[in-house]
Amino acid sequence: MHFDLFVLPFTLGLIYLLAVIGIKFYSWVKQLPYSEKEKIKSSWMSVKSLKAIREVISESLLHRKIFKVNPLLGYMHMSLAFGWLLLILAGNLESRIYNHGEMGPPYVPIFFRFFHPNPTEFQLHVPFAILMDALLLLVLTGVALAYFKRLNSRFLGMKQTTKHLPGDRIALTALWCIFPLRLLAESFTSGAFGGGSFLTASLGHFLNSFLPSESLYYPFWWAYSFALGTFFVVLPYSRYMHIPTEALLIGLRQYGVKEQKTHSGYTDIELNACSRCGVCKDVCQLSASAAINNVQSVYQLRDIRYNTQDAQRSLNCLMCGRCDQTCPVGIDIAAIRQIKRNETNPGLSQSYAYVNEPAHKKADVIYFGGCMTHLTPSIKRSMVNIFKKANINYWFMDEQGSVCCGRPLLLAGKSQEATALMLKNKKAIELSGAKALVTNCPICYKMFKEEYKLDISVYHHSQYFAGLLENQVIQVKEHQVNAVYHDPCELGRGCNVYKEPRYVLNQLLTLEETSQQREKSLCCGGSLANLTISHEQRTQITSDAAAQLLATQPDLLVTACPLCKKTFQGVTDTPVYDLAELVDRSLVLKPKYLTTKHLMGEMSELLVPQEKNEVKQSI
Amino acid sequence: MADFGYKISKDRQIDFDKNPDRLLRFVEKWEPSIHRCISCGTCAATCTAAQFTEYSLRRLILLVRRGEEKEVITTASKCMLCGKCQLACPMGVNTRNLIIGIQNAIKNPSEYAL
Repeated sequence: MHFDLFVLPFTLGLIYLLAVIGIKFYSWVKQLPYSEKEKIKSSWMSVKSLKAIREVISESLLHRKIFKVNPLLGYMHMSLAFGWLLLILAGNLESRIYNHGEMGPPYVPIFFRFFHPNPTEFQLHVPFAILMDALLLLVLTGVALAYFKRLNSRFLGMKQTTKHLPGDRIALTALWCIFPLRLLAESFTSGAFGGGSFLTASLGHFLNSFLPSESLYYPFWWAYSFALGTFFVVLPYSRYMHIPTEALLIGLRQYGVKEQKTHSGYTDIELNACSRCGVCKDVCQLSASAAINNVQSVYQLRDIRYNTQDAQRSLNCLMCGRCDQTCPVGIDIAAIRQIKRNETNPGLSQSYAYVNEPAHKKADVIYFGGCMTHLTPSIKRSMVNIFKKANINYWFMDEQGSVCCGRPLLLAGKSQEATALMLKNKKAIELSGAKALVTNCPICYKMFKEEYKLDISVYHHSQYFAGLLENQVIQVKEHQVNAVYHDPCELGRGCNVYKEPRYVLNQLLTLEETSQQREKSLCCGGSLANLTISHEQRTQITSDAAAQLLATQPDLLVTACPLCKKTFQGVTDTPVYDLAELVDRSLVLKPKYLTTKHLMGEMSELLVPQEKNEVKQSI
Repeated sequence: MADFGYKISKDRQIDFDKNPDRLLRFVEKWEPSIHRCISCGTCAATCTAAQFTEYSLRRLILLVRRGEEKEVITTASKCMLCGKCQLACPMGVNTRNLIIGIQNAIKNPSEYAL
């Protein structure tokens, strides 16, 4: 029987770790809503489980997504995760073969070299020694990169590393000690008794030349075991809980489990699956443009997990979704932020009784402009023009101004109030008997589409125009202008509408590619979701975003959101247009509709910033 | 007495012994940009909620400054938070957070010593 006192810290730590993980997993899964548990029951015996295993290998072990962020950063994570696993597996295999298939206690393979320093009687001892040394080297290079990342994070493609809590620092220190200690323990053992291979044997030989290996190897095995034990005990309370939890999260996600409107067991799993790698921090415009460095998702998720969040801070987020898009773990950050906003910032239970029965009119199509469109009246005029020219039986629902769609309230965490507004609008929509609702505001679009649960189709104007063009209800002419298209957050990342605006624009003008488009699109800074930042910080975000978007000096900046248009207009001389305005100006009409104004209308007028134009006219 | 069709207006003087400034103190801590307000009324002119009811952010801010707590309580919740006032404001007042600050003060009077 192999035993020595020094195996106790490791063994006890491991038992403790497994018990805590078991309890945590059980309580999280138990706290899942009934509907989500049913999903697991119905799909765990399907191909989804195989898909989950594949994803665990590619993301939790190989870290494919982090490789995409930066190859060196990916290598660092891969070598630590995958390297360590291989080290454990190879160690087990070696111990198994050596002991003729006997399992033995779990510490035997871990401390194999202590119990069998130089197993010359074992036929495969040379290949295994080489393999184990190679794997140890793989992990050690990862550890070395991790040390180096703390000194110079830019070398690994990160603007800054995450600032950690004391508990995380203890776990980090223990983790960083484990592999160098193993190297030293094995090297001293090799120096004293022989064995080992290119790494441990050479180092052991070298160290033995000036150090007493015989008396040093034993304390180092103790230290190695102690480092492992410490890491295991701290793991469940530190960020390293992500190691087991990420695998659970991947499984549940494959089974179709989703974030609910309130905090559930799945929220806890997502919170614990965050490794605090800090990739989300680097894409956050608040840190890049507004020097705000304590609200990023990595800190937000951590504070929610440890229950140390504060209400004001949870409102300081653009909810642009850039971090959601880059998170290597795929945590549904937006949903968690929304849950926390609902918890920490409830409203005053206003029912908006002062809003009378909303007016309604029978029509085929409802056009809803939304609050922001009323601040950009040219978009409103263009929309009305297009409806008229396309001969559509439409009703401009909020022509005289109207009830807000409710999304700003919802984003602020006041879901009860938002519902009150929704009911007002919903009634008017239902009474009109329309078959479709069109809005040019992505904020309203997301709200109508996801929250209203309408029986009719909801279109963003880009989708509607694409449909009109495809069915040749309207025709447009192309212009010799270069333009950059800005994907609004709520439309692109929010509703996954990237194709239609481009389909329409490609028929109107020449679209230039930018580095910040589609999923990588920047927030214009106007976001209604952020309640905290000052006017100046907003302007800085807008200017920085505009500078990146207009780097190629296009003739026009086109967007598909009234708020983005309004925001960008304030910081640039390049004319900013909404999709609707361009379509309106490019409509090719049948002769009977042609008027002198349309014949005179030249594209050149597009190139003059609108507001300045208006000023000139008034002078 | 002859009726000339006029009445004597009620005294509009603010007595700061009766109207303590605790509401303003709380709100300015939550959103310091309240002090940028020049009471121009652009916010009230663009307001979505004001189409349906008597509601004006300009007035609300004045009430907060004057410590007219009772009136603040009856008005502050009317806002739809749509954000038009924020885009219209010439002074860059962070209007939406300001309103949330006022609402929070009303919501938890004890916590905010209202």
